[in-house]
Amino acid sequence: MSENPVFERIKQEVNDNPVVLFMKGSPVFPQCGFSAAVVQILTEVGVKFKSVDVLMEPDVREGIKAFSNWPTVPQLYVKGEFAGGCDIIREMHETGELKQYLNEKGIELEAA
Amino acid sequence: MAMEAQEIVRLIKDGIPGAEVTIEDLRGDGDHYSAHVVSTAFAGKSRVQQHQMVYQALQGNMGDALHALALQTSVP
Repeated sequence: MSENPVFERIKQEVNDNPVVLFMKGSPVFPQCGFSAAVVQILTEVGVKFKSVDVLMEPDVREGIKAFSNWPTVPQLYVKGEFAGGCDIIREMHETGELKQYLNEKGIELEAA
Repeated sequence: MAMEAQEIVRLIKDGIPGAEVTIEDLRGDGDHYSAHVVSTAFAGKSRVQQHQMVYQALQGNMGDALHALALQTSVP
């Protein structure tokens, strides 16, 4: 089975950008509450991120789910690794693990 | 498309041995639930892996028939 062609596109995004959020809509105009929640958390933590609007790219919207074996969007990637969806990022933020995880990955955080 | 709360609980229990599931229909529309799943099968697994186990148990319904499931997993 040849690899899903959209995987190349996804791999390129997650390898070229330290923090990537696959979401519905954009950070300024999120089109889904869960996506908006993750944007809010990343803003609070003060981390720069690249966003990819899966509503603009239906093949990425489906491909990302197979890529990470995760059935929903949003999906956050840090240094090429799938970090989680809304529930996990929210839980990590509430326990302070998110900042620790980002620091461990060498991601710069702007002072709040 | 929606799912019954008991159907979700049954699928998770069938898919994850010894799972205890508490579920809440957040909006009464069968589409937005929150669930807390506790199982010894989660021991030693990351949160992402634990949630993937639950999604697997839901046999493809997650993100399809079931639009939103606010999920929390833990080991007893």
